[in-house]
Amino acid sequence: MNAFLAVIGRDLRLALRQRSDVALVVMFFVLTGAMFPLAVGPEPNLLARIAPGVTAVAALLAVLLSLERLFLADYEDGNLELLALAALPLELVALAKVAAHWLTTGLPLVIAAPVIALLYDMPADGLAVTLLALALATPSLSLIGAVGAALTLGARRGGVLIPLLVLPLYVPILIFAVSAIDAELAGLTALPNLLLLAAILAFALPFTPIAAAAALRQALT
Amino acid sequence: MQGFLAMGGHGGYIWPAFALTALVLIGFAVASLRDLRRAQKTLARQEALRPERRRRKAAQA
Amino acid sequence: MTMHRFANPGRFMRFADRALPWTLGAMVLCLGAGLYLGLFVAPPDYQQGESVRIMYVHVPSAWMALFVYTNIALASAASLIWRHPLADLVAKASSPIGAGFTFLALATGSLWGKPMWGTWWVWDARLTSVLVLFFLYLGHMALMNAFDDQARGRKAAAILALVGFVNVPIIKFSVDWWNTLHQPASVLRLDGPTIHSSMLWPLLLMALGFTFYYVTLLFIRVKSDLLAARARALEVAALQAGE
Repeated sequence: MNAFLAVIGRDLRLALRQRSDVALVVMFFVLTGAMFPLAVGPEPNLLARIAPGVTAVAALLAVLLSLERLFLADYEDGNLELLALAALPLELVALAKVAAHWLTTGLPLVIAAPVIALLYDMPADGLAVTLLALALATPSLSLIGAVGAALTLGARRGGVLIPLLVLPLYVPILIFAVSAIDAELAGLTALPNLLLLAAILAFALPFTPIAAAAALRQALT
Repeated sequence: MQGFLAMGGHGGYIWPAFALTALVLIGFAVASLRDLRRAQKTLARQEALRPERRRRKAAQA
Repeated sequence: MTMHRFANPGRFMRFADRALPWTLGAMVLCLGAGLYLGLFVAPPDYQQGESVRIMYVHVPSAWMALFVYTNIALASAASLIWRHPLADLVAKASSPIGAGFTFLALATGSLWGKPMWGTWWVWDARLTSVLVLFFLYLGHMALMNAFDDQARGRKAAAILALVGFVNVPIIKFSVDWWNTLHQPASVLRLDGPTIHSSMLWPLLLMALGFTFYYVTLLFIRVKSDLLAARARALEVAALQAGE
């Protein structure tokens, strides 16, 4: 447990040293959200209609952008080899790094989501479900994204490759997150969609670290 | 014959669909066979060089 | 080392050489019969008219798209669990073929959709799922080719294939869910009324024909890779012997 927390702690300390990285993720999120009204016009009904979708896609893209550096720094400076040889199983190392990634990417996005809700004039109950849906979705995005990041270590054009690998896998999360918010805004219950998001997270938690660790081992041979 | 080709007015969709299928499937087959020929030639060349190399080595020894 | 694993591919190649004429012949028979029945014998649809004939290439293509991906997943599992050297090559050879079938499913689906719904693309559940499957294939091929070390590429792609395969039912379910939530007023039914046996036979024959095509091409492509690997092995051995 201590080793697990140590990995998280180290990643968090490194991330906080580069505070701009976290800020960049949030800024990209808000900027992307701001682009759409400029693109489609300020008509309130249209914006209300696309708000959940835009929020989810912007969050998804912001997470995508930050995936490449999940393992890259440790891979390049040799620290990943040390972690692979350490007592803590590589699967748990991967899980710890994902936890740190979510704390510096997903969590800030959840906190920043009200800004987008403001820009789109989303009603309060919609915002509540948006926060809940993002809180359930973003850890899965980090988990699945970690597999993509691990697979592309040392690849040519790894940065461009990650979205191609990971976006098809993100489709269910995107659909359920947006459907949850849409349902709430339509006066129906968001529960089924939120439960589906929780199910995906419950499924991803044990299995994606295994895949990520397998990919990391391949990168290290 | 005309009626068959026209396919009740949908001919412009049906025939391209079948043609595209044929194109893709035949195209893959041609490309795969070409790769096979190339691999066979390369291997034949390498294997032809082998007794040549052995003779040279024996001569050097 | 990768080199000597492929150095003696004898048994597979002998099997492939013996099986090829049969799979080729079966392919020609099935496709010939399927095309004849589908284009000349089967009746037009009550609602869709003649355009329903596109189904005889569209549906088998979609089936093959999924069938080949399943094969890739099985080969990937064999590669990762048992480290069978041929499994890697089966996955590598299958991916472009599967992508081709997926593309055909999309393109013929589009050509079927235009006379039916008046647009080239419809976001119905099936086409959308196939589109996502297409991207899964492209990712698989891209990852396999993204490394200078070919073996690393094949192994990474194997992991990706398994992760993708587990996700395929989830993706299908989510797209169905999404589609029913946004169901347009008219119900889009891609295969028309219940399949009559006069329509079922050409469908099955085409699917079988496509399968034999895939197996034939698989033999050819894996054989290519094995021969090329053997040639490379000889070349490296020669270089190491100092010539």
